Amino acid sequence: MQPNSLQLENLKIVTLVSVGKHPQSGRVRRADQDSRAVELGLTLAAQNPDGLMVLHAGDPAEPGLRSYAGMGLAAINVLQLDPAADAVAPLGEQLQQSGADIVLTGVRAESGEGSGMLPYQLAEKLGWPIVSRVADIVSVNEGVAEVLQALPRGQRRALKVRLPFIASIDTAAPAARQSAFGPAQRAAMTVTVVEAETDTVRQSWDEAVARKRPKRLKVIKAKTAAERFKAATAKSQSEGGRIMKKEAPEEQAQAIVDLLIEEGVLR
Amino acid sequence: MSFEWLNPLLIATALLLAVIGAVRRVKLWRAGQPDQIDLVAGLMAMPGRYLHDLHDIVERDKYMSKTHAATGGGFVLSALLIMLVHLLGIDSQLLAWALLASLTLMFVGALFVFKRRLNPPSRISKGPWMRLPKSLLAFAGGFFVLTLPAAGVLSDGFMAQTSGVLLTLVLTALIIWGMGELFFGMTWGGPMKHAFAGALHLAFHRRQERFGGGRSTGLKPVDLSLATEVGGVLGVAKPTDFKWNQLLGFDACVQCGKCEAVCPAFAAGQPLNPKKLIQDMVVGLAGGSDAKYAGSPYPGKEVGHAQGGPDQIITQGLLDPETLWSCTTCRACVEECPMMIEHVDAIVDMRRFLTMEKGSTPNKGAEVLDNIIATDNPNGYAPASRTHWAADQNLPLMKEVREAEVLFWVSDGAFDMRSQRILRAFVKLLKAAKVDFAVLGDEELDSGDVARRLGDDATFQNLAKRNLAVLSQYKFSTIVTTDPHAFHCLRNEYNDFGSDALEGVEVFHHTTFLNSLVQQGRLQLDPFVGGKVTYHDPCYLGRYNGEYEAPRELLRSMGIEVAEMERSGFRSRCCGGGGGAPVTDIPGERRIADMRMEDANETGAELIAVGCQQCTAMLEGVVEPRPQVKDIAEILVGQLVDPTAKGLAKEVH
Repeated sequence: MQPNSLQLENLKIVTLVSVGKHPQSGRVRRADQDSRAVELGLTLAAQNPDGLMVLHAGDPAEPGLRSYAGMGLAAINVLQLDPAADAVAPLGEQLQQSGADIVLTGVRAESGEGSGMLPYQLAEKLGWPIVSRVADIVSVNEGVAEVLQALPRGQRRALKVRLPFIASIDTAAPAARQSAFGPAQRAAMTVTVVEAETDTVRQSWDEAVARKRPKRLKVIKAKTAAERFKAATAKSQSEGGRIMKKEAPEEQAQAIVDLLIEEGVLR
Repeated sequence: MSFEWLNPLLIATALLLAVIGAVRRVKLWRAGQPDQIDLVAGLMAMPGRYLHDLHDIVERDKYMSKTHAATGGGFVLSALLIMLVHLLGIDSQLLAWALLASLTLMFVGALFVFKRRLNPPSRISKGPWMRLPKSLLAFAGGFFVLTLPAAGVLSDGFMAQTSGVLLTLVLTALIIWGMGELFFGMTWGGPMKHAFAGALHLAFHRRQERFGGGRSTGLKPVDLSLATEVGGVLGVAKPTDFKWNQLLGFDACVQCGKCEAVCPAFAAGQPLNPKKLIQDMVVGLAGGSDAKYAGSPYPGKEVGHAQGGPDQIITQGLLDPETLWSCTTCRACVEECPMMIEHVDAIVDMRRFLTMEKGSTPNKGAEVLDNIIATDNPNGYAPASRTHWAADQNLPLMKEVREAEVLFWVSDGAFDMRSQRILRAFVKLLKAAKVDFAVLGDEELDSGDVARRLGDDATFQNLAKRNLAVLSQYKFSTIVTTDPHAFHCLRNEYNDFGSDALEGVEVFHHTTFLNSLVQQGRLQLDPFVGGKVTYHDPCYLGRYNGEYEAPRELLRSMGIEVAEMERSGFRSRCCGGGGGAPVTDIPGERRIADMRMEDANETGAELIAVGCQQCTAMLEGVVEPRPQVKDIAEILVGQLVDPTAKGLAKEVH
């Protein structure tokens, strides 16, 4: 082992957190996936508590941030910016400056746009690889991380990624530890005021309560218990689809539109 | 006699050492946190508290109360007279005879202590305690013979004449042994420590309201501002984080094991023994290990490995957190303790540290707390669905009527289908008695009971304040609830938050309220014909609030003769559902609810009447065959004579 090479003990991990919203009450809370990202960060930095930085772009007085702090964080770094501003640029700059090796985020936020685009935009801006839906980071050796990606039905895909990279954390990752009141009150909010461009696109939007998306009708075709068990556990075998890799983009797009019309999504 | 100077010197030495020991012991207690106590008033009240409050509890065991009165009374009197006769050398035959009488009393008492110790029950501690009756006999016997000359029974020269030096040596040995135990040991940590610490504990008890027949069961709120203070800690991490009079209370323990004998968790084989817990607190406050502890261990845990000190974290070495989470907060130990020690306060204080500082509430604890914080109910249901159970009940909402005679506090039973049956039954009774009532609907929040017992006082206080803010908007003279836990919070724990929302408001459990309706003739009931019925006292109704009679009277009003379980009334055994115990779910060898069902089975009852939805859930969770479990409201509804819908009531049940 080389000293000071990129081993777990001396990594710089940054977890990005957003303000969550409880699905039943709509109350502010720590977002589920983001808190799992903090949990993973705390686990990775167990030997080196200074190696984890928890970063939020928004309002430092936001009470929801305290419930992340309650997981045992000494401080949360907050890039204070205008609520209407776009957080991508300042976050990218901060990540570049902080010398982060691993950036952990949720797959998507529970409030705001919740588009799930932020990790991708950051990766694009920084030119780093992104691994989506990560369940665990197993090891880091000589600058290469071994990552488990969550697939449907409990399956995992082992990937190797070169540092630095961005990982969005899936709900399959270990659950976040309890948030305790005392540490939550005590944690420092390290505030950096930043200027950022206003997200003009978003300004033109109206926010409304989300409607439940229509679910595809579940037609149970299984006749025996064994078939039902298989349907519930086995990896779904795609049927009737087409893999289009070499076709022209126009052709691929047309195929998607055709499918959407066939499914009645587009009319 | 050549050794005349010896005895006064020995007595003076023993007393001096006792005083030094006392100062040291007091210093150990004073390492705790300050508490507002009127010291002088406490000391003045102490003898009365000993003779009434403490003695009333000891009196439940007649043998022991008489034995203790003789031994303890004889000793206190003897000690005073010894100082007069032997230390100050007052030459009075009257005093000497009085001393002989008090020593005889003490000696006789000590004989009974000795007899009890011949075949001691498993609950009492052995070790140094086994030597105590012998020390008492040595003290009383030694001083008795020594006092004979002063009383004129034996001439002064007798000792020198007869066996002389030998007798003097024997007597000296006896009084050194006796005084070593009774004077020196009292303040240096021997079994007699209970007398010194116990007396002061009675004087400076943290719950002064308990004396004179009072009741004080509400937990004390945590000062949450400590969270942001330098060096501040929420709850109790180290022994010195207890209030000083709590430390003093631990030291008063006589290790009689009455608590151990009634503890449901101990009986279930969970790793809790209230007596050992208090002894571990003593180890913590004085420093050292539990190697000398000579009583029953925590089930499944070996004695001798616990280490502690005044400034060491209790849950790191002294106590396994599982011990703290095994408690159902049923208060059986507190009710039984002759020294009036507050076990539950101590346990919750330490839980507060684990939850609010360490974030280590076990098993489902963290999830339940998260749910309560986010949705104001422990299962995370949508807050807007709180009144769904009553969709067909047409209940008046406080928000609309703003004023009603009775506020019906529905509690979180609203989300549970079994509890909803109790709620419906109660609503039906309210309507039949034409009570002017209303509910808060979605404005009602969890009472905070579970959060508080799980140590999350921040969440409890938050809920309490928000509930009080809602309550303060409306006018009502009475609150009635079917949930004894909410009842306890509203009645005993909501008064600490500077709100006048409950001023002049009476809070009732539904059994009390229904009983008054029946007594007023507002509910007509048919006699019950359904076989033998027993009644299970919920801890939070009985021991916490002293209501044993109303539920029984209600049952009697339906012609039910309650077949009492062996443990009923203030000795009722917990169902296992309190204190968040079902949530933290510490494994044991048996389930508490199963043991309670065995109690019920022994009465041969076919129906268990209950007054609590939590008890209902726990007892119905016992596998069949077992008696039916019904809330008293449900039994009442079955017997309700409703002139307008007589046939209907019959149909439902």
